[in-house]
Amino acid sequence: MEDIIIIGGGIIGSLIAYNCSKFDCNVLLLEKENDIANKTSMANSAIIHAGYDPSDNTLKAEMNIKGARRYPSLCKELKVDFKQIGSLVVACDDEQMETLKRLHKQANSRGIETKIIERDEILQLEKNISDDVKQALYCAQTGIVTPWKVAIAAMETAMANQCKCELNQEVIDIRKEDDVFIVKTKDHEYRGKMVINCAGLYADKINEMVTHQKDFTMTPRKGEYFVLSRNASDFVNHVIYPTPSSKFGKGVLVVPTVHGNMLLGPNAMWQEDKEDVSTSTEGLQFVRDNISKVVKNVPFHEIIHSFSGLRPTCDRHDFIIEESSVKNFINVAGIESPGLASAPAIAEKVLEEFVLKRFDLQKRMFFAHRVKNIVMSECDSVQKERYIKQNPNYGKMVCRCEQVSEQEIVDCIRRKCGARSVVGVKKRVRPGMGKCQGGFCEPLIVKILARELKIDPSEVDYNGKGSPVLVCPSKGEL
Amino acid sequence: MRKVDCVIIGGGSAAMSCAMSAAKYGVKDILMIERGEDLGGILNQCIHNGFGLHIFKKECTGPEYAELLMESMKKYKIDIKLNTTVSNISEDKHVTYVNTEEGIVEIEAKTIVLASGCLERNRGMISIPGDRCVGVMSAGTAQRYLNIDGYMVGKKVFILGSGDIGLIMARRMTLEGATVLGVAELMPYSNGLSRNIVQCLEDFDIPLYLSTTVTKIIGKPRIEKIELSKVDEHLRPIPGSEWEVDVDCLLLSVGLVPEVTLLDHLSIERDRRTKSVVVNECNEMSVPGFFACGNALQVHDLVDYVSLEAQNTGKQVARYLSGEIVDSDSFDVVSGNHVSYVIPQKVRLVNVDGDCKFSFRVRKPMKNCILRIRSEDTILKEVKKRVMLPAEMETINLERSMLEKVHQSLIFEVEEVL
Repeated sequence: MEDIIIIGGGIIGSLIAYNCSKFDCNVLLLEKENDIANKTSMANSAIIHAGYDPSDNTLKAEMNIKGARRYPSLCKELKVDFKQIGSLVVACDDEQMETLKRLHKQANSRGIETKIIERDEILQLEKNISDDVKQALYCAQTGIVTPWKVAIAAMETAMANQCKCELNQEVIDIRKEDDVFIVKTKDHEYRGKMVINCAGLYADKINEMVTHQKDFTMTPRKGEYFVLSRNASDFVNHVIYPTPSSKFGKGVLVVPTVHGNMLLGPNAMWQEDKEDVSTSTEGLQFVRDNISKVVKNVPFHEIIHSFSGLRPTCDRHDFIIEESSVKNFINVAGIESPGLASAPAIAEKVLEEFVLKRFDLQKRMFFAHRVKNIVMSECDSVQKERYIKQNPNYGKMVCRCEQVSEQEIVDCIRRKCGARSVVGVKKRVRPGMGKCQGGFCEPLIVKILARELKIDPSEVDYNGKGSPVLVCPSKGEL
Repeated sequence: MRKVDCVIIGGGSAAMSCAMSAAKYGVKDILMIERGEDLGGILNQCIHNGFGLHIFKKECTGPEYAELLMESMKKYKIDIKLNTTVSNISEDKHVTYVNTEEGIVEIEAKTIVLASGCLERNRGMISIPGDRCVGVMSAGTAQRYLNIDGYMVGKKVFILGSGDIGLIMARRMTLEGATVLGVAELMPYSNGLSRNIVQCLEDFDIPLYLSTTVTKIIGKPRIEKIELSKVDEHLRPIPGSEWEVDVDCLLLSVGLVPEVTLLDHLSIERDRRTKSVVVNECNEMSVPGFFACGNALQVHDLVDYVSLEAQNTGKQVARYLSGEIVDSDSFDVVSGNHVSYVIPQKVRLVNVDGDCKFSFRVRKPMKNCILRIRSEDTILKEVKKRVMLPAEMETINLERSMLEKVHQSLIFEVEEVL
């Protein structure tokens, strides 16, 4: 019997698990995918917005402000990168300049430092700003993270502190008998005293299993992005947003990533299908056309990848962080932008307002902090030398573009919450994220995964369970 | 710190040919650094034949060609490091490499030859829309899975791009029992060698769809279908021309890009046309002592030509080290009408002894045409050609006496004669 069952291993579920694991309680996280952070948490703008944008008196505003402030220390705890690179919201006409004024005032009232700067000053910060830009709202606090790495690190730490995690467990039914929830998946039944619904786009379905009514509806809103190679890393230095509007939201932006790539996007398209993360000619063209409104000399020839992600948009237009009509069934839903920035605050709110109030919990006597994985490309030569001496496979390069060694890949498979697929490895240690997009290293990664997981190479999944890269041995049955 | 005369980065046909030539011309201390477990590079996965006719006067497979090179290399004293990756090069020619035995090692080189081959353009670079499913990969990766690792990546295969690797893989997958449903080429002409069109597609009744591209990839988690569209003269998909094909695998053979990432942080002049470096008559880059050859310099269609170019580079390394090469004024070599690039891009006349070899490609297929080489308004040479194809690299030797007539620039252009 679990104290708490968390449904969904996105950044929200993982951080809640992490918070709970600091206390002496039984926690189980169920994830329907083959990895933590494999849906919305894997495909978004990866920005820690400072929190001046959401409307007053919303959970979005409250959580964003708190969450953004929590990021630097959280990332230090989890040993993942957080870079405070600052942002510019750029305005091209009088109406947009009015909006900047309003945002500046709103930021002031929330204790977030911003300033409005004129074109000359903008050009000193960003040489590739569009010719139409007249003014910008500068905010030094805006940061960037690799969202899935935050989630994976949180889950890894939670698991090191007795939290359980079951992958490939899609919840198909929940019933409550007396005070116990019985959570059913295709091949298991789990029992828990409290259920926290962090199921992202499926939060409405999970809620309905328990309350038997449509309390809210989740609709996917797709955003498509381009990724530029690290050759373009000096294109911009800050997150650059167009002026937000009620009609287009945050709009199409340029975002440097933690690893020196650049994201261009997203658009915003409503759709029915919660699994459709395809990209479209029109969507990608929209990104190309609109990005040129904020920046010029866009190095489109440096595009190495495109992808799309789904925002879990809720018909209540604000975050839902509340107990449902059924006692001890907690909904954490509708966590669209600024969900990533808000995540640490949301996870803390869930801990304080529900978990700690319902259970009499003691802090763990011994809490195992995360030990950072060895990243050879970030080491100086003395450190590299030392690691290779300890284990020569740190000197065996597998990914030539991102300079990843075999042992780093082995480590990320063997760690708690380890990689189970080619994409899982790519998310954790980056082989395949470079210019060749895995053309050279994918066959090597498949081999390493097969060896570590003790399976045949033809059983190694690309991403989800049942997505093998290889179809069969040659000379085998076709 | 160890000091060497020449570091060659790579261990494929270019690297080996260059090393041998350098040694033959008297370079003493040569260090070859190869990432893989064996020498030979991509040749090792090219198990088809058609290699070696020019260099070894016989037809051999890729691995055989590599072995012949390795055999002949035994004559020379060349220090070879396998399973070793170069992690950094500095402008003062310090090379840092890493391997399991020595860890991180920095050495000082008098010359550096980049013979690191090329990489395949992939789905990301050409932004094919659709689902992000498994079963889409570059043809060379599939070739490696099949010929090195012994695994098939699909049973119902379609190939986008008529590059040579795609054509070779069409035949290879068919022989292995897969059904290859077709090859689509964006351009109105094939991008592969004619012999590969005949031997790999026509002989196996595999259709080639010209002016056609993949406009959508469909399937979860594995590719199930592709949407093909005809394209107009601006290479834009024509609405209404779409049709779907059921597949479980899409291979991409949409071009190769020289692998020169190691130079990205150096102030070495690049050529946007070749996506590699600008070189002079010695295949030397804009920073003295840096050389390039093989697919890292320009994408070749025949390995024999890689060897020839690399042999020349090796010789030039020897000349450089013996102080024979003089840095002096150069003239530019310009890609004129219908010419997509010319190598070398710069020539310092003083260093040309005898003649200088130029390689170039045309932009589109040309029939009954004239290759005209001129300097400003002075025509230096005209050569009639019956057919010129973008898929086929052209070479021409120009004598020093002719190059002496160049004023400011040497222009290569091709024109069709009516």
